[in-house]
Amino acid sequence: MSMRKTEVESEMPIITYLEAIRSAMCEEMVRDDNVFVLGEDIGKGGVMNATKGMRDRFGERRVLDTPLTESAIVGVAIGAAMVDMRPIAEIQFADFIFPATNQIISEAAKIRYRSNNDWQCPIVIRVPYGATGGGGLYHSQCPESVFFGTPGLKIVAPSTAYDAKGLMKASVRDDDPVLYFEHKKCYLYISDEVPEEDYTVPIGIAAVRREGGDITVIAYGMAVHHALKASEELAKEGISTHVLDLRTLHPLDQPAILEAAAKTGKILIFHEDNKTGGIGAEISAILAERLLYELDAPIMRFCPPDIPAVGMAPTLEKFYLPTVDRLKKAMRQLAES
Amino acid sequence: MSLPNVTKHRQLGLMDDQVLKMYSVMVLARKFDERATLIQRSGKTAFHISSIGQETAQVAAAFALEPHHDYFLPYYRDYAFVLSVGMTVRELMLALFLKAEDVNGGRQMPGHFGYRKHHIVTASSPVATQVLHAVGIALTAVMKKEDRVAFVTFGEGASNQGDVHEAFNFAGVFKLPVIFLCENNQYAISIPAHRQVAGRIVDRAAGYGFPGVRVDGNDALEVYRVVREARDRALRGAGPTLIEAMLYRIPPHSTSDDDMLYRTKEEVEYYKEQDGIQHFRRYLSECGVLNDEQDRYISENAVREINEASRYADQAPYPAPEDAMRHVYAEDGGGV
Repeated sequence: MSMRKTEVESEMPIITYLEAIRSAMCEEMVRDDNVFVLGEDIGKGGVMNATKGMRDRFGERRVLDTPLTESAIVGVAIGAAMVDMRPIAEIQFADFIFPATNQIISEAAKIRYRSNNDWQCPIVIRVPYGATGGGGLYHSQCPESVFFGTPGLKIVAPSTAYDAKGLMKASVRDDDPVLYFEHKKCYLYISDEVPEEDYTVPIGIAAVRREGGDITVIAYGMAVHHALKASEELAKEGISTHVLDLRTLHPLDQPAILEAAAKTGKILIFHEDNKTGGIGAEISAILAERLLYELDAPIMRFCPPDIPAVGMAPTLEKFYLPTVDRLKKAMRQLAES
Repeated sequence: MSLPNVTKHRQLGLMDDQVLKMYSVMVLARKFDERATLIQRSGKTAFHISSIGQETAQVAAAFALEPHHDYFLPYYRDYAFVLSVGMTVRELMLALFLKAEDVNGGRQMPGHFGYRKHHIVTASSPVATQVLHAVGIALTAVMKKEDRVAFVTFGEGASNQGDVHEAFNFAGVFKLPVIFLCENNQYAISIPAHRQVAGRIVDRAAGYGFPGVRVDGNDALEVYRVVREARDRALRGAGPTLIEAMLYRIPPHSTSDDDMLYRTKEEVEYYKEQDGIQHFRRYLSECGVLNDEQDRYISENAVREINEASRYADQAPYPAPEDAMRHVYAEDGGGV
């Protein structure tokens, strides 16, 4: 397709979700000397390449390879944050965050509150989560529901490169602890336009990804892309889908959720985390409390089954993970209800 | 080399007025503690957790550090420590009475110290989490090339938590300026040290490649000396030190505990006789630094301060109920 010269010139660079995370960290480190990153194997670039090249650029102190010690990665970051640093702590895989849970829930989340605003804890914890295929039980989990509903924490989960960069910058600049859930499948699979100039994406604001009138799908992370693909295919069958990308999981953007739900009255909540106690359960409760009489069908949740995690064998993995085909089936069922 | 006719504290670089000040804080802390127990028993306050038996080591350690410069991460018995680095009896009483003016706004149990202006880092109840925060603060001092140390305390029970071992290893790998002081008071609630700790806590330092020093916690000048040395090491870039101060917890674990379920009166009486404050008082008298009149004056001053503080805190208002909703997140543009 040919484009006029001016359009070509104004076109923004297209980068991957992974590059977006990296460029946000680098730009924040240039902007503020107090920003530093720490985690396991991050000097060589990290096992996901998120910090590739950063040690050469910023030195081994500001790109700190830690021992294999998740509670310390978070606990040390908390200590530094309390004396005005802005640490970005990488947990190598979300599945390994649990040793740090006490530091996150008992400490980071409560430091401002328990000290009556005398102390604060501005840390960012990067949590690579979700299944990419072949990860088995302990390289695939979605543990966001463990932290969801903990007052004092903020939880973001971008689905695009634009949001990955803007939310990372907003998280670093935020004065409260932020869990930054980055879906591993998005790293290289998702690319989009990201401006060269500095910008942030505000924490706590959802985004409508597709306008539609028949059903509403609410999702976050990689699930948004499945939902968009399914919506596009279902449009050919005459089903018009409204898609809301939560972007922030805590605090939830309640006005956006209510608005998106009211638009169609038929709601499907879709996430890769387990169904029971997942974010979808809370959204269902919000809709039941606030919007029950405007609903035209029972709320649906499309999530993996309540089993501990995804199995390694291809058959087990395929059974567990949401596919666009199965999602379409659920959406069709909702539209026809 | 010890010089004849020069007192031990002068050999350590402590002036007469400094050791008198140390003694005064010990007395103040002891009397505060006794009063806090009494106030709780009278039904006016909900809870008190005591430092009796540990004041000597706490004060001595504090005097080896730099107030308002170093960072302090005390555990819940460190009343004498926090009084040594800037907190006042009034501030402690406001916390005991859970009043609005308390720095924590009445949110925390008493003994959960934290005061940014005094460099006392906010604390929680799950034990040993603060040990990692000290390491993070020490890391920051290195990154910013600041000549300060982080000083953290914990009990022998807490020394078994994973966070302590992760902290030791992290600080050892990066040779960070942090001082770990274990106040081994022989009991973790009801469990005696021999049933709580395998081996000796002080020996654990060797496993992480830095020195460990065991010290008699009732010997103020020895505690001062080893903490001073640890601070000098830290500032030289030689890394952390673990100090195990041997102490005895005289009262029950807290006002909610009955210690006669797991130890004897005779045992407690024996350790009361070893009181470090009385040792220090005798030492100061023998050196001619303290006479009976001064001692009486120090006691009376402490009692007066405690009376005023408890009256003030008793009459101070509680936090407004709706204050519970505040400070979950940063308000009004952030910051603290």
